[in-house]
Amino acid sequence: MFFGKLDGKFAPYLFIAPFFIIFGVFNLFPTAFMFHVSLHDWSMIGGNGGFVGWANYAFLLTDTKFWNALLNTLAIFVIAVVPQLLLALLLADVLNRRIRFQGFFRVATILPYVTSIAAMAIVFGQLFGRDFGLINLALDTIGIDPIDWRSNRFASWVALAVMVDWRWLGFNTLIYLAAMQTIPRDLYESASIDGASRLRQFWQITIPMVRPTVLFTVIISTIGQMQLFTEPVIFSADYSGGNQNQFQTVAMLMFDEARRLDNFGYGAAIAWVIFLLIVVFSLINVLFVSRIRGAS
Amino acid sequence: MALSLVFLFSAFPLYWLVVVATRGNEAIAQRPPALLPGREFAENIVRTLENPAANFVQGLVNSAIVATATAVSVVFFCSLAGFALAKMRFRGRNIATLAIIVTMMIPIQMAIVPMLIMMDAFDWRGDLRAVIAPFMVTGFGVFLMRQYAQQGVPNELLESARLDGCSNLRTFWSVVVPQLRPAMIVLGMLTFMQNWNEFIWPIAVLGPDNPTVQVSINNLNQGYTSDFALMFTGATFATLPLLLVFVVFGRRLIGGIMEGAIKG
Repeated sequence: MFFGKLDGKFAPYLFIAPFFIIFGVFNLFPTAFMFHVSLHDWSMIGGNGGFVGWANYAFLLTDTKFWNALLNTLAIFVIAVVPQLLLALLLADVLNRRIRFQGFFRVATILPYVTSIAAMAIVFGQLFGRDFGLINLALDTIGIDPIDWRSNRFASWVALAVMVDWRWLGFNTLIYLAAMQTIPRDLYESASIDGASRLRQFWQITIPMVRPTVLFTVIISTIGQMQLFTEPVIFSADYSGGNQNQFQTVAMLMFDEARRLDNFGYGAAIAWVIFLLIVVFSLINVLFVSRIRGAS
Repeated sequence: MALSLVFLFSAFPLYWLVVVATRGNEAIAQRPPALLPGREFAENIVRTLENPAANFVQGLVNSAIVATATAVSVVFFCSLAGFALAKMRFRGRNIATLAIIVTMMIPIQMAIVPMLIMMDAFDWRGDLRAVIAPFMVTGFGVFLMRQYAQQGVPNELLESARLDGCSNLRTFWSVVVPQLRPAMIVLGMLTFMQNWNEFIWPIAVLGPDNPTVQVSINNLNQGYTSDFALMFTGATFATLPLLLVFVVFGRRLIGGIMEGAIKG
């Protein structure tokens, strides 16, 4: 604290300047510029075709392709994130106890996060194959008919949720584990002496103590899921998300409009709506969590 | 028991990636599919490397350059800013900290459209600068380093450096950096992984002539007939370097993440 009073009044500004300059030029400026583009009729080849005001946004509200993509994105988000975070909490609780091979399991949990998203989307694309996929084969051995993971809408959502969970389960588990390590051990000890079961300790000590971390992971997951792109693109081998767009996400639609249909202005409008949705969802989460905290 | 199931769930797709990469296309098409590694890895590697659409060697080299450059840059600039925010007193410090936390909420991929226009204006299309520059700093990095610096750099050390007449930059270099080293390694590894695996932006801005390894994989996936053995080999190729790094440093990385959370 006292340190800054010494030599060079400008030193701290020099130290933080590179972050703000680089971030400003390459992240903040494009985000703001995106808004400018979204108010214009803009194409990659023709450039700026003139100011159109809110027309792109107005069109978006009536565009069935957009609502379809939004529904897909939200559905995959719910199917993926809710079970994933619950499972991550339980796993972290197990890893937080003294168990055998603790170090091994901790490292193993995060392995999927290390691997390339593109590589694994290709692997999962095969695992979820209709005719030769291992998952259908496994289902067959227990008497379930093969599922067409790509054309059936709900099945395609589930397949994508599995890919997402595979990648992020371990990451969230580790974040929860880190938070759980800060809970004082004597809380559990005195609860044990009072005769509280493990399950009860989990609900009444662990969960309340890691609530801020849960909020953090929910927001991070929201940001990631609203931008879901790589898995569905590789799953569908293009930006369409299936012949009926049954699993086309908003990020895919944005990309499709901007690149293939050369409609930059509309793509930018979609991007801003996604950004606004992320902010709104994050705020709802914050309010929701603080409401729970106030009630308990 | 539950842990072993989760471990299987985590490990199986990776294992199967290697199985197919060491066999051929028949490993996927046969019923039941092959579950043990085969002997065709060398052959598949040669085919992958020779595939003109993938430009795989260039992809690997480019990814190594991009991931290293961004990791070094993020570690340097973010520790500098994190240290200033944690340990130096100046006007606007709180606002700057808040601003950095808010920037973490901006999803950079959403700005892809104007970023492309911008890269056209710079004439950086197809150039590695286009995939390095936007990732040279991260809000997450500054936040992480600030948390570490607050706890991990004792004020007494800074005080004695001051008494010895060190300038701010000198203090940073000789006193702060050694103290922050564990956190810097963690941040460096996370950044390296993230940029090695970056997918959307390189595909959008780099052409097939100058790909990163993820673009190469994607190029193997294009076309009417998919050669899965080739794609799986390429994917194994893209994953192995990270897996190796992780097996060697994994414990340290996890230890670092946990320590940071505890201190934060």
